[in-house]
Amino acid sequence: MSWRASSGLRSWLMQRLTALYIVVFLVMFAFVWGGQTITFETWRAWVAHPAANIALLLFIFSLLMHAWVGGRDVVIDYVKSASTRYVLLIIFALGLGIMGLWTLRILLLVGME
Amino acid sequence: MSTTDSRPVFLNLLRIRQPVMAVVSIFHRISGVLMILALPGLVYLLNLSLSNQAGFSQVADLLASPVLKLLAVLLGWALTHHILAGIRFMLLDFDLGIDRAVARKTAWLVHVGALLLTAVLAGLIFGVLPGMPL
Repeated sequence: MSWRASSGLRSWLMQRLTALYIVVFLVMFAFVWGGQTITFETWRAWVAHPAANIALLLFIFSLLMHAWVGGRDVVIDYVKSASTRYVLLIIFALGLGIMGLWTLRILLLVGME
Repeated sequence: MSTTDSRPVFLNLLRIRQPVMAVVSIFHRISGVLMILALPGLVYLLNLSLSNQAGFSQVADLLASPVLKLLAVLLGWALTHHILAGIRFMLLDFDLGIDRAVARKTAWLVHVGALLLTAVLAGLIFGVLPGMPL
C-alpha cells in the first residue's frame, strides 16, 4: 500500500493517533483539574510548566489536525461542485492554520516567562 | 410505464428508517461538525483565559452565563458521543463487534452512554452536582 496522502492511509492513521491523544489528554486534564477551583494564577502557572505547555500545544494541534481530516471528508462528501469545494477547503485550512498559530503564540508567551 | 410512477424519484434520507448503526455514523459527523464550529470559540477562550487577570475573569463570566452553559452541554453531548462512537469505530477496525447483533447493541450503547455522560456533565455545569471548577 502506498504511503502517499492520496492513498488515504496516512489520513486514516492520523485520525486515529490524534483521537487517542485527544482522549488521553482530556482524561489527564480532568484528573488534574477535576474538583479544583481554577484561578488565573494556578491556571497560568500550570500552562507555564513545560510539560503542560507542550501537552496542551499537542492537544490543540491534534484537535486541529483531527478537524482537518474529518472536516475535509465531510466537505468532499457533501459539496458536489469542485470549485465550491476548493474554496471551502482553502478557507477551512486557513482557518485551522490561523487557530494553530494563535495558540502557538499564546502558549509560547506563557511558556517563556 | 404506470408501474414505475409510484416509485420515489430520489432517496429522501429523512423518510427512510435508518438502522441504529447508521444513526451512530450520522451523529458522529454532526457532532464532529458542531465541534469544528466551536473550535474558534475554544481557541479564543484559551487565549483570553491566559492573557491576563481581566481576561481570565471575562472567560469565567462568559462560562457562567446560561446561554454558554447550554452550549457547553450541547458540546458535551457532541464530545461524548463522538468519543464513544469513535471507540466503536476503532474496535470495528480491528474486527471487534463486527457481528450484526453485537454491532446493533454497541450502537445503542453509544447513544445511551453519550446521553448519560451528558446528563452528568449537565449536572456539573449547572451546579446540581458538586465538583465543577470556576
